[in-house]
Amino acid sequence: MLEIVIRIALFCCSLAMLGLIYRVIKGPTVPDRVIALDAIGVNLVAITALISIVLKSHAFLEVILLIGILAFIGTVAFAKYLEKGVIIERERNR
Amino acid sequence: MSYLHLAILAPLLLSIFMPFFYKRFHLIHTGWFVLPLPILLFLYFLSFIPITSTQKTVTESFNWIPSLGINFVAKVDGLGLLFALLITGIGALVVLYSIYYLAKNKEKLNTFYVYLLLFMGAMLGVVLSDNLIVMYAFWELTSFSSFLLIGFWYEREKSCYGAQKSMLITVFGGLAMLGGIILLYIMTGTFSMTEIMSQPNEIFHHDLFIPALLCILLGAFTKSAQFPFYIWLPDAMEAPTPVSAYLHSATMVKAGIYLVARFTPIFGESSVWFWLVAGVGLITLCWGSIFAVKQTDLKAILAFSTVSQLGLIMSLLGVGAFALHYEGLDDNIFTAATTAAVFHLINHATFKGSLFMAAGIVDHETGTRDIRKLGGLIHFMPITFTISMIGAFSMAGLPPFNGFLSKEMFFTAMVRVTEMNMFHLETWGISFPVLAWLASIFTFVYSMILVFKTFTGKFQPEKLDKKPHEAPIGMLISPIILVSLVIIFGIFPNLLSDSLISPAMAAILPSLLHAREAFEVHISFWHGPTIELFMTIGVIIMGLILYKTYPKWQKIFKVIPEKLSLNHVYDQTIKGSQTAANKLTNMYMNGSIRTYLVYIFAFLITLLTITLMWKKAFKLDSGNVSFIGVYEWVLAILVVVGSISILFVKSRMTSIILLGAVGYTVSLFYIVFRAPDLALTQLVIETISVALFLVCFYHLPKLRKFETRMRFKLTNALISLGVGSVVTAIALSAHSHKLFSSISQYYVENTYEKAAGKNMVNVILVDFRGFDTLFEITVLAIASLGIYGMIKLRLNRGKE
Repeated sequence: MLEIVIRIALFCCSLAMLGLIYRVIKGPTVPDRVIALDAIGVNLVAITALISIVLKSHAFLEVILLIGILAFIGTVAFAKYLEKGVIIERERNR
Repeated sequence: MSYLHLAILAPLLLSIFMPFFYKRFHLIHTGWFVLPLPILLFLYFLSFIPITSTQKTVTESFNWIPSLGINFVAKVDGLGLLFALLITGIGALVVLYSIYYLAKNKEKLNTFYVYLLLFMGAMLGVVLSDNLIVMYAFWELTSFSSFLLIGFWYEREKSCYGAQKSMLITVFGGLAMLGGIILLYIMTGTFSMTEIMSQPNEIFHHDLFIPALLCILLGAFTKSAQFPFYIWLPDAMEAPTPVSAYLHSATMVKAGIYLVARFTPIFGESSVWFWLVAGVGLITLCWGSIFAVKQTDLKAILAFSTVSQLGLIMSLLGVGAFALHYEGLDDNIFTAATTAAVFHLINHATFKGSLFMAAGIVDHETGTRDIRKLGGLIHFMPITFTISMIGAFSMAGLPPFNGFLSKEMFFTAMVRVTEMNMFHLETWGISFPVLAWLASIFTFVYSMILVFKTFTGKFQPEKLDKKPHEAPIGMLISPIILVSLVIIFGIFPNLLSDSLISPAMAAILPSLLHAREAFEVHISFWHGPTIELFMTIGVIIMGLILYKTYPKWQKIFKVIPEKLSLNHVYDQTIKGSQTAANKLTNMYMNGSIRTYLVYIFAFLITLLTITLMWKKAFKLDSGNVSFIGVYEWVLAILVVVGSISILFVKSRMTSIILLGAVGYTVSLFYIVFRAPDLALTQLVIETISVALFLVCFYHLPKLRKFETRMRFKLTNALISLGVGSVVTAIALSAHSHKLFSSISQYYVENTYEKAAGKNMVNVILVDFRGFDTLFEITVLAIASLGIYGMIKLRLNRGKE
């Protein structure tokens, strides 16, 4: 039973992934693409978790955490870049 | 190290001290310190005459590189001794002459004598070495020192041109000779001349016989200025006159003659050898003598005459090789040709040396060497006139000088060639005496021009820079000694026959020596009313007619345009090869990285495809392929779609994002294929590199930030498809050819047992194979330091 559910879940995630990639390719504006990428990150978390259940392994739990952090940092960096044109501002005291 | 070795190396050793003498004893002409050495060496080599005249040789060996069979073996036999005496004897006279010729405070005497001594030692080494590699080393040293001497006045453009030309041609020949030596080594397994001589039959029937022969002859022809390689010699006349007299008449240009004489026992029986040596010699003889008539510069006349006389000696050596076919017969008519060659070799050294010195005196005392400006000098320089006259008459072949004798013998040999009925001589043989006769006429004409245009006729003081007067006595000593030798050898030719000529012939034709004790050499003045005598009379009559009518027919030289001359061909070759090389380099080195990548990848594809085809290595085996699940399919489609769409998107931002997406999908692959550590690292690195790409993107200059789709190029498409398919084919075949099982079982068993860890990847990285990790850390350190350096270090910031 669990296995079938996981299969279905993975299938749905993959479909979502394909849709998101379509958005990344097509996306008329850059923010569209960035958001799609962020969503891909979240999807990756889900897929990784599902696959570790399939593989019966807890070796991938760090990967889940890491993807979460990276997706956050990446999206923030992108957002800041789109907003200000720089990611790391220097000499902010001046 | 014996005295003989010391004698050969003595000039080289003395040359080291020359700058010291020059600086320390500035008041004394440096040449005086050089002079004793060639005299001493000459006397030392004279002491070998009793040994060689009994057909014995002296061999001294000194180990140099014994493991390669290269030892400095010095061997004195008749031929080597003859050359050694010429080198040291004329060397002494030339040094004496140069002391008066070169001014003490104007010229750089230290370098001059260093070069001259280098040359003398090198030349002694060439003629006295038994080991071919050592001989080659000295041979190149003669080319090199000759280059330095021709370019002695290096501030003149023509000197540099002449030096470069002679260097290129003689070194080209020298390298060919090295090839010939190596071929001989392949055939016989030794570099020793004596041992090579002892197996002529093996060499004669070997496949490499003809290539070796051609290579050796190329070396000899370039060095001895034979047709068509003679062109460097007239340009080498830019050297100081003592150098021209020594190198370019008496010694270095005879190194090729020496080589031909030395190799006659090995190659002499071949028809190729005969036709090349005799034929090229005759062509050179005619060509040189005809062109000598055209020249107006004294030294140029002498240069072309040297070319022509060397051709004469060469053709005599070629004909002399016929004697090898006559083994056993008592009346061997062709040994006389070799006698003539050796005799003329000595004669030429004497009269040409004196003529060069006389030309140098004329140049020194009048300031010009142009015969159109000279004339009527007989009243001012009677001694120089006498010297020139004797030398030129000997060169023209008039009695009672030594040139007459060798010319008679030359005619004898050439007439006898027509009697042969081998090597197609029954049809072509008649050309030999005809060509020889023709060349002798022209020799007569230019010899007369040389003397009478310079010393008789109208004196033209307005064309001369200074008032001519007789040379100082010191300058005259050397040419006087040489012309007295011309007369002495002319009147008493048999002085030389037993002491020098016969032993030299024994070295050239050793296989004929078994029949008798020694070659009987008898040079007589009067042969009786033979055909040779009539030929000589014909030469004199025709020569006088041509000389008297010279102004009328000199226009004939203008018929031959300058464009067809060999010098033009040489210049065009040099220029053409430069432009061709430039064009070739510019054609493929166009500075665009894209082109270089095309070369690299095209080469990769071709090489790998050919190897795959040739070895029939392509193989597809689905035996050990595992099951492909649905996740793999999905991920693969994602990667493929992502990568392909990078090629077609318009914006660079999009391609960066797509690249990131592909990278993340790869990390998913790692997850599916159970590699958590890889997945972790891949995720982090992908994020950082995407961020770096964005930084680069942001800093693109505004002007160039056009957002267009990548242009399609067929080459690029083909190359990329080629690389992709070849690499795929190789990966598939490699997987299908799996021959051994993996060694990973060891790690699985021992990760915890031996290394106290449960994470196998990390244990391998830091324990089993920690060295790689250390240097990957180093790579990262270098990269970060490099980036820091590139950002911080702006050396040209201040300038802008």
